[in-house]
Amino acid sequence: MSDNQGPVWEIFLQKKAGQPFVHCGSLHAYDKEMALQNARDLYTRRGEGISIWAVPSNAIVASSPEDIGPFFEPSNDKVYRHPTFYQIPDAIGHM
Amino acid sequence: MTVNDALFQYTLRLGDTNLILGQRLSEWTGHGPFLEEDLALTNITLDITGTAKSLLEYAALVEGKSRTADDLAYLRNDRHYFNAQITELPNGDYARTIVRQAIIDCFDFYFYTELAKSKDETLAGIAQKSIKEVTYHLRHTASWVERFGDGTEESHNKAQTALNELWQYTGELFEMNEIDEILIQEGIAVDLNLVKAKWELYMTDLLQKSNLVKPENVFMQTGSRKGIHTEYLAFILAEMQALPRMYPDAKW
Repeated sequence: MSDNQGPVWEIFLQKKAGQPFVHCGSLHAYDKEMALQNARDLYTRRGEGISIWAVPSNAIVASSPEDIGPFFEPSNDKVYRHPTFYQIPDAIGHM
Repeated sequence: MTVNDALFQYTLRLGDTNLILGQRLSEWTGHGPFLEEDLALTNITLDITGTAKSLLEYAALVEGKSRTADDLAYLRNDRHYFNAQITELPNGDYARTIVRQAIIDCFDFYFYTELAKSKDETLAGIAQKSIKEVTYHLRHTASWVERFGDGTEESHNKAQTALNELWQYTGELFEMNEIDEILIQEGIAVDLNLVKAKWELYMTDLLQKSNLVKPENVFMQTGSRKGIHTEYLAFILAEMQALPRMYPDAKW
């Protein structure tokens, strides 16, 4: 196997029209077109999706594990932010 | 020759070409240049082997002598195989495998587009399914031809060498004989002259974009329509047929 496999791309798949794109994995490719082709071959062989996003991994800004405290813990004691106090009408579907 | 005989021979020819190419390409499985490309080529190989299965099953049905697709695949000798010689040639390096695949994918794309209009519903159906697969194969292999041809000096040389060596096997793809004549009259077979014109145009454009020189005035190899092959086919069959020949009624 070659060690010159090109940069890493993150792949997002959409299962059905209207649904959000969900991260499914990463791969190597030299350019955009190849990233899409490789994604098609690696992640959609069993009908997993109808649309693909390929994003260069280095374009993603990620929070670091040390940020867990200041970023996420303040929301733990604020249950009133959860939409559990409302009935969601059936017509809205998945939210 | 009756129309039914011709249809059997024609379907067998198409089935054999896919079967031998699929068998040859499968040698790359697990040995591709990197993981993503390994899977991509393995996918292509599976599509091709799937097409071979459909065609050989239909050939067996048309023949009507209670032979199965497996009998046709595993119990015939090289002289009774009618695959195009280009499919049995060794894979060589990756550039060579890709150049051959682009040549065949381009042929298949135009061929199956025509075959989808066949008056034979089964062949038309198989062609219809293949078009979608082949459209993708061609996109993939053509982009690699461009990458190799217009890439580094080494990749360019490898692609050009492959092209120079393989071109002599392209003439055979467009050969027609009595089988084709009978079936074209029935509206079943494809007039390969139509395919050739489109194939030439596409390849000329692709090679130009890829900075590769199209070989000219090449002596064309011939023989597969009569069951005459290169030295390589018998070895493929020996490997592919070993198990069913050793254990004739084995089930798995």
